[in-house]
Amino acid sequence: MKLRRLFLLLALPLAAQAQAVTDIQFWHSMTGALGDRVSNLAERFNKSQKDYRVVPVFKGNYDESMAAMIAATRAGNAPDIIQVFEVGTATMMAATDDGSGKKKSVVKPVYEVMAMGGEKFDPKSYVPAVSSYYTDSKGRMLSLPFNSSTPVFYYNKDAFKKAGLDPNKAPKTWDEVGIDAAKLKASGAACAFTTGWQSWVQLENFSAWHNVPFATRGNGFDGMDAKLVFNGPLQVKQIAMLADWHKKGWFTYGGRKNEPEAKFFSGECAMLTSSSAAYGNIAQNAKFAFVVSPLPYRAEVKGAPQNTIIGGASLWVMAGKKPAEYKGIAKFFTFLSRPEIQAEWHQQTGYLPITKAAYELTKKQGFYKTHPGTDVSVLQMTEKTPTANSRGIRLGNFVQIRDVIDEELEAVWSGKKTAKQALDDAVARGNELLRRFQMANR
Amino acid sequence: MEKRVRFRSRWLPYLLVAPQIAVTLLFFIWPAGQALWQSLLMQDAFGTNVQFVGLENFRDLFRDPLYLHSLQVTLLFSALVAVLGLGIALVLAVMADRVRIGAGLYKTLLIWPYAVAPALAGVLWLFMFNPDIGIVAYALQHGFGYHWDHLLNGGQALLLIVFAAVWKQVSYNFLFFLAGLQSIPKSLLEAAAIDGAGPVRRFFGITLPLLSPTLFFLLVVNMVYAFFDTFAIVDAATQGGPSQATETLVYKVFEDGFRGLDLGGSAAQSVVLMALVIALTVLQFKYVERRVQY
Repeated sequence: MKLRRLFLLLALPLAAQAQAVTDIQFWHSMTGALGDRVSNLAERFNKSQKDYRVVPVFKGNYDESMAAMIAATRAGNAPDIIQVFEVGTATMMAATDDGSGKKKSVVKPVYEVMAMGGEKFDPKSYVPAVSSYYTDSKGRMLSLPFNSSTPVFYYNKDAFKKAGLDPNKAPKTWDEVGIDAAKLKASGAACAFTTGWQSWVQLENFSAWHNVPFATRGNGFDGMDAKLVFNGPLQVKQIAMLADWHKKGWFTYGGRKNEPEAKFFSGECAMLTSSSAAYGNIAQNAKFAFVVSPLPYRAEVKGAPQNTIIGGASLWVMAGKKPAEYKGIAKFFTFLSRPEIQAEWHQQTGYLPITKAAYELTKKQGFYKTHPGTDVSVLQMTEKTPTANSRGIRLGNFVQIRDVIDEELEAVWSGKKTAKQALDDAVARGNELLRRFQMANR
Repeated sequence: MEKRVRFRSRWLPYLLVAPQIAVTLLFFIWPAGQALWQSLLMQDAFGTNVQFVGLENFRDLFRDPLYLHSLQVTLLFSALVAVLGLGIALVLAVMADRVRIGAGLYKTLLIWPYAVAPALAGVLWLFMFNPDIGIVAYALQHGFGYHWDHLLNGGQALLLIVFAAVWKQVSYNFLFFLAGLQSIPKSLLEAAAIDGAGPVRRFFGITLPLLSPTLFFLLVVNMVYAFFDTFAIVDAATQGGPSQATETLVYKVFEDGFRGLDLGGSAAQSVVLMALVIALTVLQFKYVERRVQY
């Protein structure tokens, strides 16, 4: 009897070992309330099963976490899942295993991970305008869209009323925005219009929204030898218009990223173009009634508006992990793609629902009726089928190219360059960066 | 009786010095060697595709107008930081030397900024000069009608980081100047005063020449500080903007390497930066040291 009990005591820790939980390191860049939601999602997944444990780690902003991930990969210590912003897509894609076995790769494409995990994975169930950004030329999804946003137009209803404008009539074209801006300034508003993420909204999305190319080769989707072409006449006209507004005091420049959103919800600027994901922050801080409406377009362009492209980030999986970890990752991705989870994420954060089922569920729940304007972002992306100019942007060194564009635009706002000069210079500098990326990845 | 310390053991001295040598090799020589080697390569972000390209990174560098602009910005910045840092510190040291009442208090307050981390110094000055909520920007607007916006005005952004860098470095310089001043024999100054030399004549004729070793040492240290240690200030305050107006060479190394993920180009820049600072130091030792009176 005593011997048997001894055996049992010894065997117990071994049995526990056999059921050891596989840890999955998930590096993300979501701060504040968003970070809490990510932790909450991971907790719910961990509670729903016993074999895998997702460990979310906040690694700094998108730049910092990408640099940390690259350093870790070089040291052989990569995380399992990493959230990479859309401008890092080309870098990640260039390092992805393309199945040919030709080169050493550090990224495992998502379609392979899902197959390894034996999870049902139908790329068609994802919203095309969202998933096409992260799909390769063979139609295979390389990363999982997680927090995708798109630019929309916000305006201050109370400021409109004060300026004698109809608060329920959103300006549809940029000319109408100009007319409204003039009236707002005349009524004594400090500033009429501002924009966040100027490169993303006023050049990248502007080009897609009007179906003109941002770069050749399908905005870089079809080859690394793409050249930038965003200095076309239409884009020059738009930037020149904004430069003119800046001189007139209608447009106030607030910063390169989301700093201008504060100018809107503080009541300083009455109109704003920025990410749909700003909704949460604006709703929390604005002490006035505001409306979300579609991004304005230029009336003289035939066929406009087309569709907008996404910003935000997606989840990439790193190579060189154990099969058990890939199984766990696949399960986690299936969990994240569930309609209820996606619908909840979309409704709480303002990010787009990545699956069609999530969108339908949100509609059925009547969310769009109780929160008017929250479906603007989805409609902008789904009403028309994307063209070669509006699938997205896939360019190497895009982080630096965005910096170049931001600098050149700042030169326009400060009056140092004309719109045409600045865009031509940005294209020239950007093309050099593209050539360097092409050389480093050949 | 031996007046020198003599180690009888043959291996003990080497053993005692070994830890320091190990640290120097590991944290200074090895990374420097890596940088030299990487400057000759062109690789993708993850290092999976590495090509040897010889001096092509350097050629690209000197053809890049942005790099030459960064060089100009750095030289201007360093000159301003060195001149203002040394000048203000010297004036303060001379005044602090003469104070009787509250000398300890003044000295403590003047040395305090040295303990502030460079990144914090950048943030402090950033808050004070913030165009929307900064108290100095507010005072400039309402007191003098001067609109301060360093987010758009490159010259103002450069001034901002100069202020922050000088504020920090003045403490260090002040400390050394004060020590140097106190080592000047009072009898010399008294004799000159008896002979009828005024304070200005005494300063330029006696004090300054006797301070020149300290001044020379601080010049070299300030230059190295302006080139390298101001990285944190630039990163916290302006991040090289607007439009590269505050993109110093050391900040460009970081930006191109860690945000742009161009490790070859970034390594080439750090090699050039190292060569530049070495050259400037050698020049200083060759020409400026001649005028130092020990």
